[in-house]
Amino acid sequence: MTTGSGAAIPPSTVEGGSAPLSDTGPIKAVPVRHPGRWVALVIIAIFFAMVISSFVTNERWDWPFAFQVMNYSPVLEGLLKGTILATIGSMIIGVGLGVVIGVMRLSDNPVLKFVGFLYTWFFRGIPRLVLVVLFGTGIGYLYPKFDIGPFPFSQQLAGWLGMSSDLTLFTFNVNQISSTLIWGIIAMGLSEAAYMAEIARAGIMSVDNGQREAASALGMKPSLSMRRVILPQAMRVIIPPTGNETIAMLKDTSLLMALPLSTELFFQAQAIGNRTLKIMPTLMAACMWYLVITSVLMVGQYFLERHFGRGYGNTSVQTKTDTTKTRLMGLTIGGGK
Amino acid sequence: MSGMPLVHAVQVRKSYGSNEVLKGIDMDVAAGEVVCLLGPSGSGKTTFLRCINQLEDIQAGRIWVDGDLMGYRDQGSPGASKLHRLKDKEIAAQRREIGMVFQRFNLFPHMTARENIMEAPIKVQGRRKAEVRTEADALLEKVGLGDKASAYPNQLSGGQQQRVAIARALAMQPKLMLFDEPTSALDPELVGEVLEVMRDLAGQGMTMIVVTHEMAFARDVADRVVFMDGGVVVEQGKPSEVINHPQHARTRDFLKRLRSEHERVAEAAADLV
Repeated sequence: MTTGSGAAIPPSTVEGGSAPLSDTGPIKAVPVRHPGRWVALVIIAIFFAMVISSFVTNERWDWPFAFQVMNYSPVLEGLLKGTILATIGSMIIGVGLGVVIGVMRLSDNPVLKFVGFLYTWFFRGIPRLVLVVLFGTGIGYLYPKFDIGPFPFSQQLAGWLGMSSDLTLFTFNVNQISSTLIWGIIAMGLSEAAYMAEIARAGIMSVDNGQREAASALGMKPSLSMRRVILPQAMRVIIPPTGNETIAMLKDTSLLMALPLSTELFFQAQAIGNRTLKIMPTLMAACMWYLVITSVLMVGQYFLERHFGRGYGNTSVQTKTDTTKTRLMGLTIGGGK
Repeated sequence: MSGMPLVHAVQVRKSYGSNEVLKGIDMDVAAGEVVCLLGPSGSGKTTFLRCINQLEDIQAGRIWVDGDLMGYRDQGSPGASKLHRLKDKEIAAQRREIGMVFQRFNLFPHMTARENIMEAPIKVQGRRKAEVRTEADALLEKVGLGDKASAYPNQLSGGQQQRVAIARALAMQPKLMLFDEPTSALDPELVGEVLEVMRDLAGQGMTMIVVTHEMAFARDVADRVVFMDGGVVVEQGKPSEVINHPQHARTRDFLKRLRSEHERVAEAAADLV
């Protein structure tokens, strides 16, 4: 070591320093007290106790009946078809079509770009309830049957040419679809696609441009690079708001009673309420089912996020399980809201 | 076209709006040659490298790689060329012959090191998975990362990531490798391991064009250095000639600035010892 170098501390300072030498063992310090937290806990506990006691003592809640209603077969059928099936169906349409439209909006092709924009503008602008009514009653009235020919305008062309046949290969009778549920799923799915398109677009734009360049430099076509490199990374950004959308969709299926659709959770619960005059317990039955399904969906979202988050977490295995725990805790807290 | 060098660039011009960044670059690179592009930032060396691989469009001039005109099909008669822009698919096919290594590595973060290397040979070349896997492991071994096959990029240091990126480019068995400042984003102590891999590659006869600020690498490994400034090639030649006896004032200035910076770093390091 050169003398006069300022980088190192001369050992003499440490040995004969004027600062008092103290214990340097493990730290056992008195933590900062948080009396406010205890006060808050007590207030909230009292409040909760009041709510619970009113649940138990106020007989108008009639919880036994609420649980009974949850298990009625029309309610279960409504839950299965009009709520769960409709959510799954419309989200499949919504996510699939939404990603396509999101990609269209980012395309270099001006026609696709404009069509994507137009779609989003239309379906985001019309309220879901209006769309549901429109599809439930409108389509069957306007287009009672679809004639499917070999090419567009084949019927008209055959008419002009005076042909004996009108070239129709196959006729699809719309009113044959007895289940209005399908129209509800289509209406909700088309509406959802407009929102999903924006979510997908944001996700795709969040991927670093260097990824596209690296994929191109490896000789990937744009479609392959989108599928293998861009979208899997975009998914990380797309999934949390999609979980949000799915839960929103679950609740929006209650709009399907405007189709009109009777095999639907909320309609069935209300019907029982009207019949038995026990309005609140039947509403509670519906609420509890909505909360149960929402909780299940949140667990599903957690696993999806973990799958698409691979390669982004912390490096060591130890911290990885820690994050998992923290996230699960966050989830249960979120689920209890 | 036989007898043409592997890379044959003629009067390449490129501008962003009214700002012309390449003002007529001519450059030939023979098969097996290692060329280092030197020059101050903003001189256009990275842009030129990206033009070779068509990550940037050029406004004038022509670039041939292995006899193929990049980005266009010339269907005219000799002397009166009529160019047709190639489709995305055809451009992608041209890029397969060219490996590229980026300053920021650009590994795919959702894939392990091995998956990064296997992706293009399987999905682009359509080769068999088992065969590609063996090859990927051999490449990882070659860049000294045989034990990191299942690591995700964020579990690797910058130097390790860059070595995986080199292995990924090599997996396509390219005829030409482009390096865009491969060590500029690295911590100083990690630069050596990446340069080592590049040195080996050069020793095995790979054709390489390297944009770099590593003078020692250029001097020891390059067959030729090209000094660029302001969108033109100022001078080029054997590394010993250009680096030790630059002919142009601009080259001298640049090297002097680089040298004084180097000395300051060396002095600071000496103080620490």
